Amino acid sequence: MNTTIQMTPAQPGKKPVAEVQKEDAMLLQKEMLNANYKDLASAHDQGRKVAATFVPGNLNELVMCFDFARSLPETNALQNGMRKKSGKLIMDAERDGHSEDVCTYVKSDLGMMLGGEIGPTGEKLPTPDLLLLSYTGCFTFMKWFELIRQKYNCETVMLHTPYQGDGKITQSMRDYIVKQLKETVIPTMERVSGVKFDIDRLRQYMRESAKAEDDLVKVLQSAKNRPSPIDGYFGAVYYIGPIFTAFRGLPEATQYYDVLRREIDERVRNKKGPITPDGEMLEEKYRLVVEGPPNWTSFRDFWKMFYDEGAVVVSSTYAKVGGVYDNGFRHDADHPLESLADYCLGCYTNLSFPQRIDMICKYMDEYEADGLLINSIKSCNSFSAGQLLMLREVEKRTGKPAAFIESDLVDPRYFSGANIKNRLESYFQMIKQKRAVAGVVTAH
Amino acid sequence: MVPTLKDIMARCEALFEDLHFNAVKEWKAAVPGRKAIGFMPVYVPREIVHAAGMLPVGIFGGGDQMEVIQGDAYYQSYICRIPRSTLEMGLTGRLDCLDGMLFPSLCDVIRNLSGMWQVLFKDKYVRYIDVPHNYLDSVGGEFYIQEMQTLREDLGRIAGKPISDEALNASIAVYNENRRAVQDLYAYRAQKPWQAPTAEVYLVIRAGMVLPPEEHTPLVRAYLAAVDLEDRPKRDKARVVLTGSFCEQPPLSLIKSIEMAGCYVVDDDFGLIMRWLLDEVPADGNPLEELSKAYLHRSAQQASKFDEKKEDKGKYLLHQIKQGGAEGVIFAAASFCDPALLERPMLQDILSKQKIPYTAFKFAENTGQMAPIREQAGTFADSIKLWSDA
Ligand code: SF4
Ligand code: SF4
Repeated sequence: MNTTIQMTPAQPGKKPVAEVQKEDAMLLQKEMLNANYKDLASAHDQGRKVAATFVPGNLNELVMCFDFARSLPETNALQNGMRKKSGKLIMDAERDGHSEDVCTYVKSDLGMMLGGEIGPTGEKLPTPDLLLLSYTGCFTFMKWFELIRQKYNCETVMLHTPYQGDGKITQSMRDYIVKQLKETVIPTMERVSGVKFDIDRLRQYMRESAKAEDDLVKVLQSAKNRPSPIDGYFGAVYYIGPIFTAFRGLPEATQYYDVLRREIDERVRNKKGPITPDGEMLEEKYRLVVEGPPNWTSFRDFWKMFYDEGAVVVSSTYAKVGGVYDNGFRHDADHPLESLADYCLGCYTNLSFPQRIDMICKYMDEYEADGLLINSIKSCNSFSAGQLLMLREVEKRTGKPAAFIESDLVDPRYFSGANIKNRLESYFQMIKQKRAVAGVVTAH
Repeated sequence: MVPTLKDIMARCEALFEDLHFNAVKEWKAAVPGRKAIGFMPVYVPREIVHAAGMLPVGIFGGGDQMEVIQGDAYYQSYICRIPRSTLEMGLTGRLDCLDGMLFPSLCDVIRNLSGMWQVLFKDKYVRYIDVPHNYLDSVGGEFYIQEMQTLREDLGRIAGKPISDEALNASIAVYNENRRAVQDLYAYRAQKPWQAPTAEVYLVIRAGMVLPPEEHTPLVRAYLAAVDLEDRPKRDKARVVLTGSFCEQPPLSLIKSIEMAGCYVVDDDFGLIMRWLLDEVPADGNPLEELSKAYLHRSAQQASKFDEKKEDKGKYLLHQIKQGGAEGVIFAAASFCDPALLERPMLQDILSKQKIPYTAFKFAENTGQMAPIREQAGTFADSIKLWSDA
């Protein structure tokens, strides 16, 4: 098995959690990620093949069955963003002929390739042997891998996930995905990797996935408590890291989520708020639901604008981008291929617009949120096109105030800190006023 | 009486400018109970709509004549214009004559618009039409047949009677005729672009978005006959293929500007739905299977369609260039159009390797300033001419 991370194993009988509990989830996550970059950097030297794929609809369990090292270009872009490297990469790609109008994840990735494929951690990333185009929830994905293929001649295999236009998964959609897996995806992976497909190996990974998914859901749903022990957006991006990327299906990931869940349970028992980069948040003043991905280039500054004001995000749609598990979906080892199909079909950006609105309204209700904040990302039509209608609908249905800000994922040119801060401050004021009015009404 | 070129063009122009879709209203009023179904670019299997006895109506945005007020309130500045003008038309009642809307799987904007339509126009039939990116008959084909079957059943229900195979085959035959006429039109223009300027060809194509095919096919034929009688001067212009305008449409004045600046457009992707299927669809087989096969194996390449192999990229464009005897390519994409703009560098790369000159610009359907585009197209045409003279 190609373990990509090393973590302290759980000691039977002891409280294995204690050691890791002390660790900040962020640090642990970083460690895992760095380990994967190391793994990737040395993969070809060790005679292993590399597969690149996208986060939504990623088939990590299946890809691992063929011993591939796994590269996720979105994660590379995100990491480059957080390390303040993406601005230059994007401009390099634009100089190379890519339009200023298109997704900056793509340009950050292409810029990185132009610069000799030096990854976020400074190590050289290998050219993928296979591009697994898990085409879920975003049209840009298709062009992204076509662009890479054009430059590097990589073998590409498409897994087309139909969109839930009618807000439901039909048997025909499921069959279509399963057939693609059987007739094109698996045979291609066998050929490129030289490893024969073993469905029992897939089942075993999926069992691990399901366990981790249970714990992830518990962690995310802990935000229903008051105070919320986690931030379901800024904090959640660290929590979802392993499961949405190269680690889902590995016992190490399962263990990570077990540890994390226990730590969060403990915080709930002690009525503690979320941990922020500046320490524990002491007073929870506002509870928000957030729609849309975060900005990575000023991630810390952005988060600070929330916790400085006592605002905690209790739930976010972004934390469902690599799989919506809180509606009950789990990878199912008894129906492995069908369950991979359902996984792809159910990712957040593959949901219809009315489904997305319903989901947000449900979160507003179940997490007792004060309002909805939409962070509209210039890059991402998949998320952003239509968000203004979403805002109106959610306001109408919940009676709670909603606010709209704009930024970008990894293009620092589109992050205007002062504007966003102003907008947020007036939004928090608005929530306060609404509450005061509601208080008066109830008092009467 | 044989219509004159002037009559034909006047009719096409009137249809193009009428954003209240009176032609559709008239068609519906002629027989009580008739229904019309709108569709957005690029491709939906119109044969199914037609076989239900309904009128498929192409909704190609609001152009440069319509003011967009409400539509803007639904979209951020960094999203193209066609969804906002389409919403504007919907919200201002201009699309009330439509009983439903089909949203093809083209990009995330149109995809999301399908859901917005469901929220905003609850009493209308709305369907997102997914087309497969797996081109095996037993995989993508089966899925697509099922997608079409759902549409067939839905429309049959709305029409009050199921759509028979015979009706579908008859509709396939009608659209085969239409495709042939449109192919002839394009071939004629490629041969004699001075006789059939693109501004006219474009209007003839757009007429087909609102007219039933039974009326559009003779209109195309009549145009061809009428225009051939004209004695128009042949000029020394650069022959170009215009690509990237498959969804949001450039204003007519922009198309005219390109030609005025010294280019003959010998091929384009404006009304691609009419030429999407590259040849005849057999009208005597299992209709959905035949439509599926035509899409999977014999349809035009386009930015929203996956190219299975690297070698496939750009083949259709190169074919357009060869067939049209083009000397260069103009990439004209709508601002913020993901599919067109992401595809562009790949196609440019291929053209560079083949030493085919190109130029690129962006537009919006309401672009008003033509001078820069005219200048760019003019410089491009001059450089081509210089090259070919050298
Ligand atoms: S458009 Fe959005 S979902 Fe697609 S690759 Fe870019 S950021 Fe990701
Ligand atoms: S213009 Fe381009 S981005 Fe806009 S709706 Fe059409 S295809 Fe999509």
